[in-house]
Amino acid sequence: MDQYLGLWPTFGQGFVMTLLLLVSSGVLALVLGTLIAAMRISPVASLRVFAATWVEIARNTPLTLVFFFCAFVLPFLGLRWAFLPLAVVALTYYTSPFVAEALRSGINGVPVGQAEAARSVGLGFGQTVALVVLPQAFRMTIPPLINVFIALTKNTSVAGGFFVIELFAATRGLANENGNMVIPILLTTAALYLVITVPLGLFAGRLENRLAVRR
Amino acid sequence: MSSPSVLFDAPGPRARRLSLILSVVAAVVILAGAGWLVVILATPRESGGVTLPGMFDASRWEALGLSRFWQIVGAGVAATLSAAAVAAVGALALGVVISLLRSSSIAAVRIPTAWVVEFLRGMPVLLMMLFILLIASTGAFWAVVIALVLYNGTLIGEALRAGLVALPRGQREAALSLGMRDFQSKRLVEFPQAFRQMLPIIVAQLVVLLKDTSLGYIVGYHELIRTTMNQLSSALGNRYLFTLFVVALVIYLAINLTLSWFARWLARRTAGGARPRRRGAATTSPDQAILEMTTAPEPHERNER
Repeated sequence: MDQYLGLWPTFGQGFVMTLLLLVSSGVLALVLGTLIAAMRISPVASLRVFAATWVEIARNTPLTLVFFFCAFVLPFLGLRWAFLPLAVVALTYYTSPFVAEALRSGINGVPVGQAEAARSVGLGFGQTVALVVLPQAFRMTIPPLINVFIALTKNTSVAGGFFVIELFAATRGLANENGNMVIPILLTTAALYLVITVPLGLFAGRLENRLAVRR
Repeated sequence: MSSPSVLFDAPGPRARRLSLILSVVAAVVILAGAGWLVVILATPRESGGVTLPGMFDASRWEALGLSRFWQIVGAGVAATLSAAAVAAVGALALGVVISLLRSSSIAAVRIPTAWVVEFLRGMPVLLMMLFILLIASTGAFWAVVIALVLYNGTLIGEALRAGLVALPRGQREAALSLGMRDFQSKRLVEFPQAFRQMLPIIVAQLVVLLKDTSLGYIVGYHELIRTTMNQLSSALGNRYLFTLFVVALVIYLAINLTLSWFARWLARRTAGGARPRRRGAATTSPDQAILEMTTAPEPHERNER
């Protein structure tokens, strides 16, 4: 028991690092994803093409490969950063298309009539989007966005394979050092991940029922 | 909204000119950015007094001409694809079982399944791989495959369950009134329809599965990334690192984009087929459908109409 309790500081550090990765790359991905989504619906054709290409490529690249690029290829090309910011870059890049698609599907979910009505009372593009479409799109977007962040939580574990000592890497280290208690260690880690993902999932479900626009 | 064009006026000559100018400017900026990257990559660099050739220098790419090189890359692709294929079959089977268990009418079956599903869905696949590797000591291949089966199986199961729930209630009522038993109605009437309806989502999930085989890199399975990046780069020398990355990226993109397009084509075919969409918002892409499916509406919500 003492041995098990002695592991907790390491779990704690790993958990904090996972949260740090989750929050920082979550916020950055939200910003980047919103930009991409805005480009995707903009009247400027070349921006639309750029955003579509970005989404298509980023979504079809395995996360491990993105991490490999950030952790090995970028330093090889001469970028000398610590591994933590590089991991944040990788997670941000990988998550951005999913955020963009969630936002876009929210915008697509607003019935055309809403935009038509806004247009016909004389609102311009900016006003239509900012005052009529986005407020409605936003509420439909929150549950899918939360799902994106749940996926992001799980994806932070990949950083553990690339020199960032977060929960997964901490677990692997602990399991190697304490061969006699592998199962409790792994179950603890699973519980720590579930502590983040399950409440988020329940929250998303609750919100969806509350926010759903009944038409 | 089906098209963004409602958002702005049909552009007149001035707006069209403005939009064209912006478009050209943006294109120039994007191309300039890309060009800058290429120039940076192509510039020879100094390292410890030695000048190394740029990334596009022929000396960094000549290994691509070796047949041995492609044999090893081929072995990596084969390892990735075989893990993905075995896991896909397993995940489909598990998905069917889970969807049936979760929509069972016996609470003692349904509720524990829901807990297991919740547990498997909330855990990183990578942790599952480590779990299996350390506890069952199966070897890397089976650790990768079993973890992928468990994780994607639950997601496919949930998709199928959402499909079952979304069926018009009359289907089941008709089957029961013909004298079919509960399980017969599921097997012969409801399930085939749900499966067809959810096929695009399932294929999209299989793309995710294929992408996730790359996690094998971390637990020591010799899949595409590990063979190219570790084995080949230590055999050929560090200077091929960038080249090998490009090769791996291109191979992954080729496989995944093909599958994604296939999923989208299927989605379009199914959507245009038998039954019209009941919800106004047509799901645009299968990936999006996956996002939506994880918070799939509960029965009471769907049956409102």
